[in-house]
Amino acid sequence: MTTIPVEALLRKKERFERGEDHRALEDPTAELLRLEEQGELVVQKIQGDVVTVPTKYGREKRIQKGHLWHHKSCGQCGHIPGYSTSIFWVMRKLGYDYHDPRDQTSCTAWNYYASATSNVAAQAAVAVRNFAAAQETGYFPLVHCGTSYGHYKEVREELLTHPELRTEVREIMGKLGKDLVFPEELVHYSEWFYAMRDEIAALQTRDLSGVRVTVHPACHYYKLVEGDAIYDPDVYGGQRTAVVTGLAERLGADVREYSTWFDCCGFGFRHILVQRDFTRSFATMRKIEVMKEEADPDVVLTHDTGCVTTLDKSQFAAKAHERNVGVAVMSEAQFAALAMGAHPYKVCQLHWHSADYRPLLEKMGIDWEQAWAEFQEGLKKLEKGDKRYLDWDDVD
Amino acid sequence: MTEAPSYYKSPTVAGYPDVSYEEKARLFDEVKSDIRFSDYLYGCYECGICVAACPSARFYDFSPRRVAQAAAREDVELVYQQMQEDIWECSQCFSCLRCPRGNNPGGIITIMREVAINNGLASAKEALEGYSRIIYKIMSTGTQVSPDMLQPDAFPDWGPETGDVSNNLDLWRRALPSETLHTTSTGWDVSDKTLVELYLIWLHTGALDMIADVDTSLHSILQDVMEERLEEEGIEL
Ligand code: SF4
Ligand code: SF4
Repeated sequence: MTTIPVEALLRKKERFERGEDHRALEDPTAELLRLEEQGELVVQKIQGDVVTVPTKYGREKRIQKGHLWHHKSCGQCGHIPGYSTSIFWVMRKLGYDYHDPRDQTSCTAWNYYASATSNVAAQAAVAVRNFAAAQETGYFPLVHCGTSYGHYKEVREELLTHPELRTEVREIMGKLGKDLVFPEELVHYSEWFYAMRDEIAALQTRDLSGVRVTVHPACHYYKLVEGDAIYDPDVYGGQRTAVVTGLAERLGADVREYSTWFDCCGFGFRHILVQRDFTRSFATMRKIEVMKEEADPDVVLTHDTGCVTTLDKSQFAAKAHERNVGVAVMSEAQFAALAMGAHPYKVCQLHWHSADYRPLLEKMGIDWEQAWAEFQEGLKKLEKGDKRYLDWDDVD
Repeated sequence: MTEAPSYYKSPTVAGYPDVSYEEKARLFDEVKSDIRFSDYLYGCYECGICVAACPSARFYDFSPRRVAQAAAREDVELVYQQMQEDIWECSQCFSCLRCPRGNNPGGIITIMREVAINNGLASAKEALEGYSRIIYKIMSTGTQVSPDMLQPDAFPDWGPETGDVSNNLDLWRRALPSETLHTTSTGWDVSDKTLVELYLIWLHTGALDMIADVDTSLHSILQDVMEERLEEEGIEL
């Protein structure tokens, strides 16, 4: 007979009391500044023009407009490069300067969540090293990847609540000749796009009013250390994160609802690489098919590397099983760039995507055949040896 | 205590009878001693909200509730069984953070995985089979996936575009307007100085040593790569 372990639970209860100094830091920025005052760490300050945005529990978050250090993302750069080039292109069009560093590693969290072959101190040291590198240039970090953003928030919380970890990381940084540096705010690129949505819309050249959109918010953006994700009373009544949706609505697209919005995409870190049957099943059955049935979107917009990859690449095999799939997938950065007149191949690099985006381009009034021929012209220049690389002048 | 109380998972059901209770308790103590553990667990209502949100619970015989519950009750046998059978199913999406008690079952699993790796558990070795190449890439280059990994034989289920990418890789990368993205064997161009700093972090934090038990050959290759580079830079360890 099973006995309910009341005694054990009562005995344990004491252990689960929440300490004053643990969990849900109400204002991590204030805490960072307090520790800086005590000489424990160095805070890289926000500078220049700023947009203030509301966060989940009301704290105001400041987004620096220009002079940004682009913390790139493994997956974006590795196999969806149009994601990164679109971010850069939009920033250039809006006239904001930036730095695209070589002095940056991955946050290494993809591997950590997949394999656990790292530890708290190593993960914190990698984060702080990257932030120290940004601070050395004077540019303020803007994090491209949803997982890097979420993981850096985990690291920030761990550093703020565990003095012994600060000591360990400070010692390691000392060996690298660096300080324990942390930026005043952790900012995801989609927050920058949300904050700049009026400036982006002011340069819009393509009409998106007939374009049906579904949004997949990235787990690591708003679930992991959730407090300073952006929530706006005007978007979903402030009950879901406003990034991506706020921008798509501002661009005039027809944003549609579906019931499994809270579900993750099925990426799974390890799964997308070595257990793709799980990833494919989840992405198609819980996300793409539900969206198709309930919202019939022309495109799924999301704001994390893993989600774009998973939702895009999972559809091919599902098609063979005659599942109800077949929707273009891209980041809202690519979508915004297209709205501003960006070239679908030279800038948005849509040829790296798998799900068919051509019907969407047609709906946006883009002649993709002509655009592809123009892209091929650029490639010929490279093949003939006229140039080693295409540059921004070639794509504008 | 050398034996579990009767209301905990019985060793005959939990399995692994060849592993002693003391050894299982030692591993659980290692989980509990992680600085994050007390931030991640406050006990469990057993309400199942985490299970409803969990993608892995939908496709595997897996439950974040069972993980939180076993840890809160300190059910040593069950925790061990989960470390051998369950933890690698988790997608680390952290949807379970909607727990009304403020638990983080996904976070507890992260810690359990680390302990499984550190102690060379069979589940860890098995989970990492086929994953060495990725660990090598991230630890040696500082970027996780590189464009040249997009080969149709590795990703046959990703459609014909994977073949187009791999056939045109060098040319398409050179057509990218961003200066750091012309690379094919790393996600972006990472400077030598940056790599040296990364290697020092892996070595000083013991992250490199973690691999020694689960993949000895990968460990020695990585060690050689790192030590050679540091030696070139005149850095003594
Ligand atoms: S982190 Fe793991 S346990 Fe939590 S919801 Fe995601 S898959 Fe489930
Ligand atoms: S949601 Fe929290 S309290 Fe409810 S079963 Fe899951 S871990 Fe336990």
